[in-house]
Amino acid sequence: MTTPLDAAEPAVQAAGSGDGRPAHRGTLRYALSKAGGALLSIAMVIVGTFFAFRMLPGDPVRALAQGRNMTPEQLDLERHRLGLDKPLIDQFFDFVGKTLRFDLGTSYEYKRPVVDLIGDRLGATLLLAGAGLVIAVSLGLWQGIRAGWRPGSRFDRFSTGVSLVLWSVPTFWLGLLLLMVFAAGIGPIPGIFPTRGIESVDAPDGFAYLLDVGMHMVLPCLTLAAVIYAQYLLVMRSSLLDEVSQDYVTTARAKGLRDDEVRRRHAVPNALLPTVTLVFMRIGFVVGGAVTVEAIFSWPGLGQLFYEAIRVPDFTLMQGTFMLLTVSVILMNTLADVVYHVIDPRVRSA
Amino acid sequence: MTSVAWTRRRLAFGRFWDTFRGQRPGVIGLAVLVVAVVLALVAPLFIDESVTSVVTGTGAKMAAPSLDSPFGTDESGRSILLMVWWGSRTSLLIGFLAALLSIGIGTVIGIAAGHFRGWLGAVLMRVTDWFLVLPSLVTALVLAAILGGSTLTIIMAIGVTSWPSTARLIRAQTLAVEARPYIERSKALGGGHWHITTRHVLPNVAPLLLASTTLEVASAIVTESTLAFLGVSANKTSWGTMLRGSYDWGAANAGAWWYILIPGLCIVAVVMAFTLCGRALESVLNPRLRKAGA
Amino acid sequence: MTTLLELDDLSVTYRIATGEVPAVRGVSLSLDSGAALGIAGESGSGKSTLAMALLRLLPRDARVGGRILLDGEDVLAMKWGRLRAVRWAEASIVFQGAQHGLNPVRRIGDQIAEPLLVHGLAKPDGARKRVAELLEQVGLPTWRAGSYPHELSGGQRQRVMIAMALACSPRLIIADEPTTALDVMVQAQVLTLIKQLIAEHGISLIMISHDLSVLADVCDRLAIMYAGRVVEDGPSREVFHDARHPYGRALAAAFPTVGDPVSRLAPKGLGGDPPDPMELPTGCSFHPRCPVALDECSTLDVQLWPAGQARSAACVHVRAKEEVS
Repeated sequence: MTTPLDAAEPAVQAAGSGDGRPAHRGTLRYALSKAGGALLSIAMVIVGTFFAFRMLPGDPVRALAQGRNMTPEQLDLERHRLGLDKPLIDQFFDFVGKTLRFDLGTSYEYKRPVVDLIGDRLGATLLLAGAGLVIAVSLGLWQGIRAGWRPGSRFDRFSTGVSLVLWSVPTFWLGLLLLMVFAAGIGPIPGIFPTRGIESVDAPDGFAYLLDVGMHMVLPCLTLAAVIYAQYLLVMRSSLLDEVSQDYVTTARAKGLRDDEVRRRHAVPNALLPTVTLVFMRIGFVVGGAVTVEAIFSWPGLGQLFYEAIRVPDFTLMQGTFMLLTVSVILMNTLADVVYHVIDPRVRSA
Repeated sequence: MTSVAWTRRRLAFGRFWDTFRGQRPGVIGLAVLVVAVVLALVAPLFIDESVTSVVTGTGAKMAAPSLDSPFGTDESGRSILLMVWWGSRTSLLIGFLAALLSIGIGTVIGIAAGHFRGWLGAVLMRVTDWFLVLPSLVTALVLAAILGGSTLTIIMAIGVTSWPSTARLIRAQTLAVEARPYIERSKALGGGHWHITTRHVLPNVAPLLLASTTLEVASAIVTESTLAFLGVSANKTSWGTMLRGSYDWGAANAGAWWYILIPGLCIVAVVMAFTLCGRALESVLNPRLRKAGA
Repeated sequence: MTTLLELDDLSVTYRIATGEVPAVRGVSLSLDSGAALGIAGESGSGKSTLAMALLRLLPRDARVGGRILLDGEDVLAMKWGRLRAVRWAEASIVFQGAQHGLNPVRRIGDQIAEPLLVHGLAKPDGARKRVAELLEQVGLPTWRAGSYPHELSGGQRQRVMIAMALACSPRLIIADEPTTALDVMVQAQVLTLIKQLIAEHGISLIMISHDLSVLADVCDRLAIMYAGRVVEDGPSREVFHDARHPYGRALAAAFPTVGDPVSRLAPKGLGGDPPDPMELPTGCSFHPRCPVALDECSTLDVQLWPAGQARSAACVHVRAKEEVS
């Protein structure tokens, strides 16, 4: 983990056309170039995945056979099923062709097409990750602004301290602790939240069902949100501190604006720009967190699917989910770049 | 190197140390680190690998802390205290080596990307950006699963997924250093790529590397313990593996808080120590951070 | 002429971890309505702190003592609401626009209009008209209201800062190093603009700079600060051409007179550095660098002694001379 701000380098261009015309054309061109970059990255992921799963030392079939009694015939059958007995170049085109047609193969464990499994699990992950992000972003940014506006205050020192601790806490351990305290109960405190899954076995209907899912969501969501919230807080605070030292903030005060007006209208909008970029760039971290959290709480999402694929090991499933997760992150990053381009006037007029 | 240069470096180090000493969190972090490393190093004098052996577990199973076993026991009756102590060697070693690998790759690629203009630099930047976007935990999991979870492959998996941020930092620094006039002079005098990068760029980025490495070790320890917890590591002694054990054996439901709390606290303590130390180093090297109270 | 602004024994002390830093130590100045006062000094002399203190824009850990009488009212004693009303409407500030004096993500027009809306002096339509008026006055095309700061050159940004300062028709403008970061040509243009505007609107001006020649050109009176104190005060031309304080003389000699080829070719520097405010020399703060220091200078409690018609200087030589005459 390096300092967050080094990763966000908005390209501040020198004085642009300056004729007051909105640069919509420039934005479109930028978006297209970024989309092209994304396609290239995705292509690299597909190719990379192929080679990683085929060429790295460690015969996948042999790994599959670990701990299982498989005859040589069964191993050959498996090899044939995975297409590993064809020449490499054939395998490659086969793989690329299938992937582009969204055919990610058949899961060894579930005996169903990978895309179907993904379809089943996608909703649960979006729900969990979405809720977690919303909480982490809103709380982290709000608190980061308040802390950065009054550096050195008790609130600031408390916020920074808590964030530093949370940053050092591995997500899985936080999950274990929450599981222990709130789900299983410890000492005199009873367990209130469910420990696994997305719904109870005897799930009720209608509104009560939503409530049931909600109860199941509390602990995994909190676990996921906790560590990212800490990151966002620290980044927002840092950004705000940078802005506050600029002259235009003093100008705003000198104009007779109230303290909160200065903060809201001048400091925060400027500080938000690099922060928003970073929020998107850290999506990879959120994905990793989701995998961990879903594994611990048995939340039936993509993360848990991926985790199971690793454990079995089910290489086809692993391959498919890995590519999906990675491509999603790439797409989100591209979106972040384009959004930043639109919202920062300095970059827009380039 | 001339003695003048050495004296200068010694004086610079003295100043650096003075400033660092003023950063209280950093000093606390450093102190904790030193204690942890010393404890890890002297462990073989007191205990050995047998503390992890399931067969020789002496205590009662899943027993709460008592005078006999101050941190309680696990499902096989092994002492948590001794296991944590022995496990510190693994966790610290893997964390350290993985960070070194990450910094190593990052530095080489970062300097190369900054030094070589034209297509080579552009390609390296592109590759770096691509690696940067890859979700690191997911990729490390896949690599560990494919390569098998030996210590070496775990180190490689972590190193290969965390070098990009260092590379970007080093590249920016390389560009800044090479913009200085004396580099042009060096080139004009016939300084080749190797000379410029090792004699000029490298010493200038070295302090930055120190701070980055420290922070990277913190990150690597967290990643290693997560990989171990998720079951892709073949290592039996790391703190992450212990926590895996607590999960598998239902410590949460059984109320065996010591099994969950102790190894986790060790991770947090060591990671925080490295983080505080690393941030203090950054502050010392970048005075602007110090002023803002960051 | 009425006195618009009067500083009565103003002092500003910063509190830092290792102690206190006296940035301004007992400054008393006055400014007549419609007049222009220049405050000169090197970095660290306290001149910018002084400027910030006038509208209570210093950071929270700064302690301000004395009185700042704006039209008879003590700014330091004003309630928060009154202070906010006074800010910009009675007195506004021009920073170095070339740096980050303007909000980078808001349009110029919005920023100029902002104080009008805040003080309720105009509705959005009226504000738009006023912005166009102001841009014309500073010599910028009116369509610039839709531009962002980074689309303008340094000189243009400085003009925007001036237009912004004029928005609420204040009685006083405080200009803190308004031309320092600009090219010489642009600098001359901006100074001409400032002179023209304050004459047209009868605005009082306090201009802060380390460049004495610029101040002598624009201002009626000149005060030179050193180590937090005023060491010389008088009509600007007189102070510039014939400073009575040794520091004043050195400062004047360091900057060639605009348009005078002789002084341009022979600038004279002054050795040494300004003193550390936490370790000020005893007696006269300038004596370690002074070319004509006497023994008593290290112990004497220097004050501003009269040094001619409406002039004063804090130097023992001045006191001696005046006593003789």
